[in-house]
Amino acid sequence: MSDALNIIQDPTLTYHQELLALARLGESTDDSLRYSDAYYEAKKKGALCDLNEGVMPYRPRYICPDYSLLFEKGCKFLALEPPKDLLEAVNALEIFYCHVPSITSFPVYLGDLDKLLEPFVVKEDRAFAKKVLGLFLRNIDRVQTDSFVHADIGPEDSVTGRLLLELTEEMQLAIPNLTLRYDPERTSDDFALACVKCMLKTAKPSFANHRLFVSEWGEDYAIASCYNGLSIGGGGFTLPRLRLYECALDAKSPEDFLARELPRHIDLQLEYMDKRVKFIVEQSSFFKTNFLVTEGFVKQENFTGMFGVVGLAECCNYLLGITDKKKGFGMNDEATALGLKIMDAIDARVKAHEAPYCDAYGHRYRLHAQVGIDSDGMDDSPGTRIPIGVEPPMLDQLEVNEKFHPYFPTGTGDIFKFEETWLKTPEAILPIIKASLSRGLRYFSGYLENNDVVRVTGYLVKKSEIEKLRAKKQSLNNVTVFGMGAQDGGHALDRRIQEHDESAG
Amino acid sequence: MRAPVNRIIPFSNVDGPGNRTAVFFQGCPFNCLFCHNPETIHLCRGCGVCVETCPAGALGFDGDGKVVWDREKCVGCDTCIKVCPHDASPKVRWMTVEELMQELRRCIPYIDGITTSGGECTLRNEFLIELFTEVRKLGKTCLIDSNGSFNFEADPRVLAVSEGVMLDVKAVEQEWSDTLISHPRELVLKNLDYLLGVGKLQEVRTVIFPGRDRENAETVRYVAGHIGPTCPYKIIRYRPFGVREKYQKLLGEFETDKEYAERFAALARELGASKAFVV
Repeated sequence: MSDALNIIQDPTLTYHQELLALARLGESTDDSLRYSDAYYEAKKKGALCDLNEGVMPYRPRYICPDYSLLFEKGCKFLALEPPKDLLEAVNALEIFYCHVPSITSFPVYLGDLDKLLEPFVVKEDRAFAKKVLGLFLRNIDRVQTDSFVHADIGPEDSVTGRLLLELTEEMQLAIPNLTLRYDPERTSDDFALACVKCMLKTAKPSFANHRLFVSEWGEDYAIASCYNGLSIGGGGFTLPRLRLYECALDAKSPEDFLARELPRHIDLQLEYMDKRVKFIVEQSSFFKTNFLVTEGFVKQENFTGMFGVVGLAECCNYLLGITDKKKGFGMNDEATALGLKIMDAIDARVKAHEAPYCDAYGHRYRLHAQVGIDSDGMDDSPGTRIPIGVEPPMLDQLEVNEKFHPYFPTGTGDIFKFEETWLKTPEAILPIIKASLSRGLRYFSGYLENNDVVRVTGYLVKKSEIEKLRAKKQSLNNVTVFGMGAQDGGHALDRRIQEHDESAG
Repeated sequence: MRAPVNRIIPFSNVDGPGNRTAVFFQGCPFNCLFCHNPETIHLCRGCGVCVETCPAGALGFDGDGKVVWDREKCVGCDTCIKVCPHDASPKVRWMTVEELMQELRRCIPYIDGITTSGGECTLRNEFLIELFTEVRKLGKTCLIDSNGSFNFEADPRVLAVSEGVMLDVKAVEQEWSDTLISHPRELVLKNLDYLLGVGKLQEVRTVIFPGRDRENAETVRYVAGHIGPTCPYKIIRYRPFGVREKYQKLLGEFETDKEYAERFAALARELGASKAFVV
């Protein structure tokens, strides 16, 4: 059977999912964008991974439009005037979202919804505003059917922010992903507590370290897709990843890895990124003709390449000959120290590389702790995370995270699963989040163990939707299938549960 | 000065307001039948039964014939606790305030404060005074989880360095108290009034037992009649988990029904303890 026939006969794919699968298949028929033999060899070995971005990129991977421009000037291409009230504002966004491309073909950044909508919301009666926002969220969930769709709120409290939290809790939807940009000076404890409660019940919002992101990107940064830091009015060209465990397999020792195998693989990934970025800018039409560019919603100079890594834990354990992961990376000072050495080496080499374009960042790519994909199984843990199932008590896990999160301006994060009693005591969770963010943690996610909506690795799925796929039925959300794969192959839903009296053990 | 520390829990959401580090001391003057962690009641007598049965080889004797515990080798199986004939534990560390502070300093940024518990932490009054003084220097609060066996009025020094006491009032009726806690109840009740009077009563807790209508009601009536509307009153359901088997037979092999416990919370609220609720 041909690949195309497989796709069109698959009973679990919706029409739209078939269309996307066929588009990917079509794209794969061209091989004019070529890389070195060494690159292909490393890719074949599994040391490099292109995340199935497709061989002929016809748009940047992540696009973060400046939606404030839409509200200021409207959009000529879409024949939209600047909105005058809440209904017009929401309608303009809903239309605009359908025209924002990405690797998934869905908009990975929906805007800072509270800032955008607050001027309109405060002019309306609260009940009416809530009704409109509820329909807006329903539209996003049913039209932008992909969990990598992401909206941001905060740092300040707002009527819109509160309404979005209320609705998120009431509606229990996996889409969109949601982030609170948390700043201790600007986010009130009361608003942060409302976010903690909502997070426990719906696995969102996550908490982003606003000050850290601002120090790297300026005020106008977006959290997009899973947890990706990018510029508003910009985005990410591409995101390939070093699978560090496989990168280490030919190394004779930690020293040999740092001297030989690591730099070799870094350079191969940089070669891939350079060629791809040039292709997107110079060959594909996106930056020449797309209305997002021609009308100034994004600027090419605000894009950067995202240099991804996964499997640091397994890499360190392998290099140190640690076979029992309970005594490995995260629980073992030697392994953690090696991890830091490896990250220092990656950071230095990537920063030393002159990247094409990426003008806003001094022609540099930025590091990303990639969240893993379903086919990684248990070989490579997400980014620099401690392997699932052997996580130490929360305090130890946070302390390890705090050391590694600062390396990754384009995103990293960790997830904590809480048992039910924490819902009664959100005020016990907030000080943990606040302290950890102030100590270098970049991004904190949590959820209750018994939720239907759960955070898999960085994205949200409904457990009930995974069951639909298992029953060979269709799931509207394109990402449910990844959730199923991560659950089966990576045990991604089996992370340690934080008991009510988390012990040092 | 050293004190026997049974356990340190870095993050707890059930030992007072916010996120707290809970420090459990070994040793308790009560012998409550429903105790969930009876291994904290007595200090080790060095009989060595656990040394022979430890599957990880983590227990041994030192030169003085005391049982010593190797934290690194311990696999946390709790066999030692199960075989101990004296309701004690070999996994106790005799720590100085400074040693304890070294471990607490890691937790300090993430917590609202510490809570000392047990066993009965007030057996270590001098230690607590020193510990709380150090913790308060770091801007954190200190709470005492107590069974009320310490005479706070006679020696209020520890209260001066702490935010107050979370007090267990387990039984009020004389006969029930004699059965349940093997200790006179008078001091507990006196502490209830004293702590309330000096503004150091943070909360009161009472465990509700299945089928003990009269005994439960008597305790709840007494407490509710005394504490009034400002002090939180936690009505806790009896749970057989961890309770010694022989006492499970006496008290019940099933946990107290939620609705049953709610009746006593409602009773407490009727009598003026408006902050009474079931946990």
